[in-house]
Amino acid sequence: MGLAALNTRHMNRSELIDSIAKRQNLPRRQAEDAVNAIFDAIVGAMKEDERIEIRGFGSFTTRHYGSYTGRNPRTGDAVDVPEKRLPFFRVGKDLRDRLNLD
Amino acid sequence: MTKADLVEAVYTKLDGFSKKESAELVESVFEMMKETLGRGDKIKISGFGNFVVRDKKARIGRNPQTGEEITISARRVLTFKPSQVLKNVLNV
Repeated sequence: MGLAALNTRHMNRSELIDSIAKRQNLPRRQAEDAVNAIFDAIVGAMKEDERIEIRGFGSFTTRHYGSYTGRNPRTGDAVDVPEKRLPFFRVGKDLRDRLNLD
Repeated sequence: MTKADLVEAVYTKLDGFSKKESAELVESVFEMMKETLGRGDKIKISGFGNFVVRDKKARIGRNPQTGEEITISARRVLTFKPSQVLKNVLNV
């Protein structure tokens, strides 16, 4: 505990692809196609407002928000915020447990 | 959509991979992400979003049913911040 705040390490899409290629002993191009196919499919499902459930990892859902009149906090001017749709993620049990092993 | 649909997507995209190999590949991607996040590292997927592990301090909570005070232990939580690209894609 307390380590995550100090820890600024991260893995990006390219590093994820490299690590999959290495672990599965695949040409990078194939690992890249697989990783991209996965995220493209998830985005495609989000566009259809479909729930995506990856057991042990988590689930993605979309939420819809109506339009409202907000304010520019700096100037106080009223601004119309149009309706929008946002993705949400809920962590799965296995991953949540793994975050809290220590 | 479930993991089976993701296996199908990978199977369709990659030539010469069996269903079984595609399933292993999908499994491997999520396993790698779980290991990375389990170490407390962030994952940034360009065009999709960031998965960030955050430390939450212990706090006093209340059982809403009984009103009884309980200590909620310190824990790590995972947050997902969608990228601007993804938000735009969902709002065209």
